[in-house]
Amino acid sequence: MQLAVWTYEGPPHVGAMRVATAMEGVHFVLHAPQGDTYADLLFTMIERRDRRPPVTYTTFQARDLGKDTAALLQDAIRQAAARFAPQALLVGASCTAELIQDDPAGLAQALDLSCPVIPLELPSYQRKENWGAAETFYRMVRALADPAVRAGPREGRRPLANLLGPCALGFRHRDDVVEVVKLLDSLGIGVNCVAPLGATPADLRDLGRADFNVVLYPEIGAEAARWLGRTFGQSTIDVVPIGIGATNDFIQAVAALAGVDPAPALAAPGARLPWWSRSVDSTYLTGKRVFIFGDATHAIAAARIASEELGFTVCGLGCYNREFAREMRAAAARHGLDPLITDDHLAVEAAIRTSAPELVLGTQMERHIAKRLGLACAVISAPVHVQDFPARHSPQMGFEGANVIFDTWVHPLVMGLEEHLLTMFRDDFEFSDVAGPSHLPPALLPAPPQVPAPAEPAAAPGWTGEAERELRKIPFFVRNKARANTERYAALHGRTQIDLATLYDAKAHYAR
Amino acid sequence: MIGQADLAPPAPAVLRERGQREVFCGLTGIVWLHRKMQDAFFLVVGSRTCAHLLQSAAGVMIFAEPRFATAIIEERDLAGIADCQDELDRIALQLLERRPEIRTLFLVGSCPSEVIKLDLGMAAQRLDRHLAGRAGGGPRVLHYSGSGIETTFTEGEDACLAALVPHMPAHENAAAPQLLVVGTLPDIVEDQFQRLFAELGIPAVGWLPARRLADLPPAGPATRVLLAQPFLGETMRALQDRGAQRLDALFPFGAEGTTDWLRAAADAFGISPMHVNRVVAPGRERAKRAMAHSHDRLRGKRITFLPDSQLEVPLARFLSSELGMVPVEVGTPYLHRDLLARELPLLPPATRISEGQHLERQLDRVRADRPDLTVCGLGLANPLEAEGFATKWAIELVFSPIHGFEQAGDLADLFARPLRRRDILRV
Repeated sequence: MQLAVWTYEGPPHVGAMRVATAMEGVHFVLHAPQGDTYADLLFTMIERRDRRPPVTYTTFQARDLGKDTAALLQDAIRQAAARFAPQALLVGASCTAELIQDDPAGLAQALDLSCPVIPLELPSYQRKENWGAAETFYRMVRALADPAVRAGPREGRRPLANLLGPCALGFRHRDDVVEVVKLLDSLGIGVNCVAPLGATPADLRDLGRADFNVVLYPEIGAEAARWLGRTFGQSTIDVVPIGIGATNDFIQAVAALAGVDPAPALAAPGARLPWWSRSVDSTYLTGKRVFIFGDATHAIAAARIASEELGFTVCGLGCYNREFAREMRAAAARHGLDPLITDDHLAVEAAIRTSAPELVLGTQMERHIAKRLGLACAVISAPVHVQDFPARHSPQMGFEGANVIFDTWVHPLVMGLEEHLLTMFRDDFEFSDVAGPSHLPPALLPAPPQVPAPAEPAAAPGWTGEAERELRKIPFFVRNKARANTERYAALHGRTQIDLATLYDAKAHYAR
Repeated sequence: MIGQADLAPPAPAVLRERGQREVFCGLTGIVWLHRKMQDAFFLVVGSRTCAHLLQSAAGVMIFAEPRFATAIIEERDLAGIADCQDELDRIALQLLERRPEIRTLFLVGSCPSEVIKLDLGMAAQRLDRHLAGRAGGGPRVLHYSGSGIETTFTEGEDACLAALVPHMPAHENAAAPQLLVVGTLPDIVEDQFQRLFAELGIPAVGWLPARRLADLPPAGPATRVLLAQPFLGETMRALQDRGAQRLDALFPFGAEGTTDWLRAAADAFGISPMHVNRVVAPGRERAKRAMAHSHDRLRGKRITFLPDSQLEVPLARFLSSELGMVPVEVGTPYLHRDLLARELPLLPPATRISEGQHLERQLDRVRADRPDLTVCGLGLANPLEAEGFATKWAIELVFSPIHGFEQAGDLADLFARPLRRRDILRV
């Protein structure tokens, strides 16, 4: 058994639901006990989908266990096939139904439905959500792709690619697809099929028509791409175009594979990140310590952007999906780090605490950790939250994705000009964290706390009054860090009292 | 006898259905139970799905380390490589080490733990004995089922409270009757009722669950039970087994429901109706004033409840008798006829009451009925809105303070707001 307070990934049948929900013309019958329908709200609430996921649940209860759950499942399949008339039907079991061993695959086949039935094996006690999504997509591709449909000769037509991996409940998948289609178009490459997002079973039948595959999210699309490679001889592009460098690499790789000129795509005039990062205001970003955690693909991409494109120092890197441990270890080695590969968020919190970053790039869980620790944070990866489905176009991939990333990561930090002004004006009585904004009339401001006469703030234990006063001259946004560093330094050097000298010794010690 | 039966209102016909149920399982109750019982911890023994459900239902994310967790059963446990009972001991002890302030640990059964017949009763007893030797007395270890195969949504709270009943102490003075209010109420609502009971002259009211489970109220033949929630059948039975008597009343929603509920308690303690009226009048008037804001918006509007929390019948009664709404279909997962005996006759005779669920057929009825407002779960709300139906999330009715006089206006507004919003929007 494993003690879990919070999990990064749901069970594998939720992964299967993400694939079914992303597609059109598919229905999924899930043998599951009452209550498992909670998963619908992930799609209708978090992603604001306007339709129920195409899932029928058997929702069996104790009284059914004594009777015939197999008949219940067959009824559910029959009714779903009649009501929804899908082009393809998925059949699977959630964790409890797996234990009662009703054989959904056999029961579904016995019904002799007019549409293809794809049985799913989703081992809930071994695997997790991403694996379930990858497995479901792979099973569908295998069952539906027509081996007779081939790319054919290239003369007189544009090269064609399949985009594999985008899915329901994915982090910015909707917008990434738009950007990647645009990139391919600028190279003169057409898209044969985007899947699972928006694809029908009929579209999957024609996957063989593409010249090659682009795997946008290896967590979901790599398994299917491997099979397509073996079956149709299609090559796979596995460079994930997140960040300027990676987008350029992606363009080069695709151009080489398709035999086209990369120049028009590389010249992208809309790529602002490089100049925004070189401009002097960004100087203050230099060496900011950043802790990165998420799914392996997004975390690895973020580490490259952080170090090469924003000039940060990556002080921690990790992922929650063990399936990609090898890739993660290789990436961490490039940054001289030991990777943190765990799905225990308490271990992640401890690691963040220890590495004392100035910025955390993570999932919604790391956002909460950062909030508790008072650190700046930006979200870079699933698991997702309603905020991760913005109304505006907000990709992570391609040049526009890099622009979005620059803004998203830099805004939580105090900006260069602002940092400079704060330092300059810190002794101004109006320009301090205690005074309210000076452009608001005092009546609109909450009354300042009635501090009794001694203007002297009480010194924290161990601090002399003089040192405490000096500390308060440090801008508020770095003050807590200065306090913590000084106290750590004092403890390290066995100083029981923190005076002015200790404060400045610590400053010198931690200077970079 | 015949004459009495003739006088009683006819029992409404009930449509019973079986099929896909779009409801939470009993584990979901942990989300509000753990906030209420501040010295208790809930350890679900289940699968990754259980853990995922809890974090999804708990407002999609958890902001602080909660007092609940899941012991996730893994392949090794199922294959018998690891002994489940040993593993459970290891996890429980690990947990108590992290949270030494915990005084009650609930082992909560789930669908997989029940299908593999993992005996949590035995585990609870063993852990309880093992921990009793600790300095200062160990935490109490109890167990109940919150599984979807045994419990539907609010039945999880029922199972949890029923598990507490055997641990309630006996009365020291068994002669004097004592009031026990049963059902989780937000602290602020509990305090409001506590003040009203004191003004009425009802001394020493017990509350189940207590804020601190270390201070469970007594139970016995002197106990007079006032249910604050309609879904507590098992708990009521367990209390009756200890000799407690239930006070029949409307549930405390709205001015009338709350008045009737308080009056039922006062009657049992021989308090004069004049005094009751005097104590109740200010709150009752405030409730009516607060509800008046929503009255015009709601009067004559047709409402359908899809089955969710078992609060459907009392809420439909409240909306119909105090705000003039017209219940079209009132769906509920289970109908406790005895607990709702006062409520059911107050629904308009044309109301279609349904018990259980066949989701697709029920949605077909919604499409045919075209109610002005549909109360439903989170999985259905946006899809119904997209079809043109105004909806109210049922889950807010269990997470928000809605009981009593001071919340009557808020309760009315929960139903009025989706309609008001539709009137405002021009997009």
